Amino acid sequence: MASEEPRFDGRGGKWIGASVRRREDPRLVTGRGRFVDDIHLHGMLHAGFVRATVAHGKITELDLSAAREVDGVVAAYSAEDLQLGDMVALLDRPPEEFTPTTMPILARGKVRFVGEPIALVIAKDPYAVEDGIEAAQVGYEVLDAVVSEETALAEDAPLVHEDAPSNVLLDVTSFDTPGVDEAFADGCVIELVTRSGRQNALPLETRGAVASWDDRDEQLLVQTCSQVPHQVRTVLARSLRIPERSVRVVVPDMGGGFGQKCVVGREEIAVAAAAKLLRRPVKWIEDRSEALASGFLAREQRYRTRAAFTEDGQLTALESDIVCDMGAYSCYPFTVGIEPLMAAAEMPSVYRVPAYRVRARAITSNKAPTAPYRGVSRPQYVMVMERIMDLAARRLGLDPVEIRRRNVITEFPYTGINKVTYDPGSYLESLELGEKILRDEGWYDLRGKNPHIGIGYSCFSERTGYGSEAFAKRKMTVVPGFDVSEIRMDLTGSVVVTSGTINHGQSHETTFAQIVAERLGVDLAKVKLRQGDTERISYGWGTFASRSVTIGGSAVATAATRLGEQLCVIAAHLLDTRVENVGLDGDGGVIQLDDPDRRLSFEEIADVAYLRSHLLPKEAEPTLTATAAFDVPGDGTFSNATHAVVVEADPGTGQVKILRYACVEDCGVVINPKVVDGQARGGIAQGIAGALFEEVTYAENGEPSAASFIDYLVPTAAEIPDITVDHLETPCAFTESGAKGAGEGGTIGAPAAVLNAVNDLLWRTGVQLEQTPIHPEAVLAALTAADREKAGTGA
Amino acid sequence: MTDKQLIVLTVNGEEHELLVEPRWTLLDVLRHNVGLTGTHVGCEHGVCGACTILVDGEPVRACLMYAVQAEGCAIRTVEDLGTPEEPNDLQQAFSEHHGLQCGFCTPGFLMLAEGFLAQEPSPTREEIRETVSSNLCRCTGYQTIVDAIEATAAKRTGRKEDAVR
Ligand code: FES
Ligand code: FES
Repeated sequence: MASEEPRFDGRGGKWIGASVRRREDPRLVTGRGRFVDDIHLHGMLHAGFVRATVAHGKITELDLSAAREVDGVVAAYSAEDLQLGDMVALLDRPPEEFTPTTMPILARGKVRFVGEPIALVIAKDPYAVEDGIEAAQVGYEVLDAVVSEETALAEDAPLVHEDAPSNVLLDVTSFDTPGVDEAFADGCVIELVTRSGRQNALPLETRGAVASWDDRDEQLLVQTCSQVPHQVRTVLARSLRIPERSVRVVVPDMGGGFGQKCVVGREEIAVAAAAKLLRRPVKWIEDRSEALASGFLAREQRYRTRAAFTEDGQLTALESDIVCDMGAYSCYPFTVGIEPLMAAAEMPSVYRVPAYRVRARAITSNKAPTAPYRGVSRPQYVMVMERIMDLAARRLGLDPVEIRRRNVITEFPYTGINKVTYDPGSYLESLELGEKILRDEGWYDLRGKNPHIGIGYSCFSERTGYGSEAFAKRKMTVVPGFDVSEIRMDLTGSVVVTSGTINHGQSHETTFAQIVAERLGVDLAKVKLRQGDTERISYGWGTFASRSVTIGGSAVATAATRLGEQLCVIAAHLLDTRVENVGLDGDGGVIQLDDPDRRLSFEEIADVAYLRSHLLPKEAEPTLTATAAFDVPGDGTFSNATHAVVVEADPGTGQVKILRYACVEDCGVVINPKVVDGQARGGIAQGIAGALFEEVTYAENGEPSAASFIDYLVPTAAEIPDITVDHLETPCAFTESGAKGAGEGGTIGAPAAVLNAVNDLLWRTGVQLEQTPIHPEAVLAALTAADREKAGTGA
Repeated sequence: MTDKQLIVLTVNGEEHELLVEPRWTLLDVLRHNVGLTGTHVGCEHGVCGACTILVDGEPVRACLMYAVQAEGCAIRTVEDLGTPEEPNDLQQAFSEHHGLQCGFCTPGFLMLAEGFLAQEPSPTREEIRETVSSNLCRCTGYQTIVDAIEATAAKRTGRKEDAVR
């Protein structure tokens, strides 16, 4: 293994840190990937849903007879026909804190949001499905809809769930430490109300499933694009009342998920039930209009916050009242707690907060239900913290970077007021580098000359290794966290390694293989990753919360280490030496340390393990396999970053354009720099989308505004600028590779940085915007008012 | 409603005799009747561009065309560009520049770029950006897609300095 470029292409056994090309690409760039809709089974039928057209109403009539008559329609089912068990997502909290609600698979008696599935139509082709849906008769007694916080919390509010009086499903005062009131009494007090709009995670591949029942095996096979196949299996088994062994969930290639696919959908369950009843494969593919109106949403939050500072800019207390509009149902398994509990627990962010009081509520409304979406609440509370820093800096006459410098955590490990212990990061270093980039490039000078240019920062951390200990604090009755991996070497010295995580764009097939290749000392080409099959993978928690490389990757690395040890034990025996006297040679073999000429290749060892097991040492079992489970202890791992942004507002239209976007990120040891850059840029694009463009709004009757891409503004290449990504590397103490996760940071940092940049240029107008998306109208109004004033005063 | 029509489509140089309903889109027929699933469905209303294919050399959204309208046209889909063993230069550039993550939008971007570069072999970066703004990608933030197309253009026109290595 001669190596000219030791780091770059992984030669010389240095696979970690190498920007090796993605191993998933050959099939994906040639159209040979296999996504759910590409699956075609013999005799397959197609399914679609009759969905609610009113946001809140009693179903007075549901007549599917005309639908069943439609040419090509094979069956039509109501909730009554399918008799499925409901989904119930629970928190282990007292009734004054949490009110449980159920999500039926198909609506029964009542609908709670526009787009809620009421009945299922099965037909020979998707066109006939549409005809069938159109023929279905549904009658409603329309009820008043809950579409705003004000309506939800009003005295005589209409109730979304009868068993949830007051429409509040979760109400917790997570922290109320001493010293809050004292700090406010004699500090400089910043108050603000921030809001963020309801968004759709919007994977480009919509949700979908192909379900089939195998009589010989008595097994249901559900191929679906899910980030959590094992959890889908659990719900399928429970809802259909069959043993888990009778359900196999397989995830093929997946066109993005971003959290929307890490909860269990009702549709997969209904379609599986139909396939079992009909004994024929059934395919459901969500169309874009369905995905926009009734796909899981996120992010509609309001924070009423106060922060106290000393005269020299030290934050002394933080108080916030958080309300998250979780929509009509509690998602499985994360519950309605996902947003409010995350926000309350982690709001102090990267800053030292001596006193903290926070109340967080989840309210229910007649809107599409919510699920985790890339970043979960962190884009929102980071926006709060970063706005506070900027507002306090203005008030106290400090530079925005300086005030952050005075408050940012610099000693690690640090245990915050929120009882969270942060592992080492580069909070201050990333901030200073971000500022330096903008200064060196002359953006500050330009801003001095052009009043329509603004500069904004956001400095944040994100918990990426959520082990079960960290999740348990949330008191879900279903606690995610660990992951399991199995590795097997064959006679050719190749290994197949499994992971319970799911690749849907994050390049697992490449980065996990890099981890194994380095651990085991084999060429990348010898490693194959298997994911997304509940029959092949013993158990897994899937991919969300940037947990793949931290937890899944650590399980994979540990399994590889164990396999390496096994190889050494056998090799030592065959070489007739002590096990301490052998080691992996980094090139697919084991060498004798005191005599490196004595070497056995993995193939030679495998030959004994499989074909001549009588030669094995007593302590070794036949075959070469190892398994490992991994869980991150304590509070987990934290990646961090600073985003530094320059924007320009068009004084004629109020349109905000991003002139420069610099991301300085630290996700610990970088396994593949190009993959991390890609995660950062893609995340930032979604964060910019939230900051400037995307929002699902609702009319008073609960009708959603976004029914097609015409009404939902997804940014294109024209709106997303080129983004530089600089890496700092503070290795993680808790993971096997030293890597922390990198999936969500971009999305978390962008809204705050963009909002701060816009407010920086608006400062002179006296108007500050505290809401995303930032509408051009609002920017324009502020600018023109200021300009008029300036003209009037002759300034 | 089920009066089907017999049509002949020329896809990637091969003729296919197909019995289709007039309302079936070219997208559905390519995917489900011809069996070429590389062309993806992202919206079915002409906005996302995941379904972009070449019809007589022009990038076209296959979801906005009925199959019956495509008779007599030369249709090219992503499967015609290259194979996993031998991807074409544009496909290689997408991989080299990390121009894809989940890969769902990729066939649409590739066909768009293939058609665009045939018409405009030496575009500026801004022109590339503007052209690809007709398609949506939810994963990459677009920059690396623009990089890949820029590099391919450079390589094809022999501009060595920023060509793909
Ligand atoms: S599927 Fe044709 S443009 Fe979206
Ligand atoms: S790579 Fe996922 S949508 Fe473009």
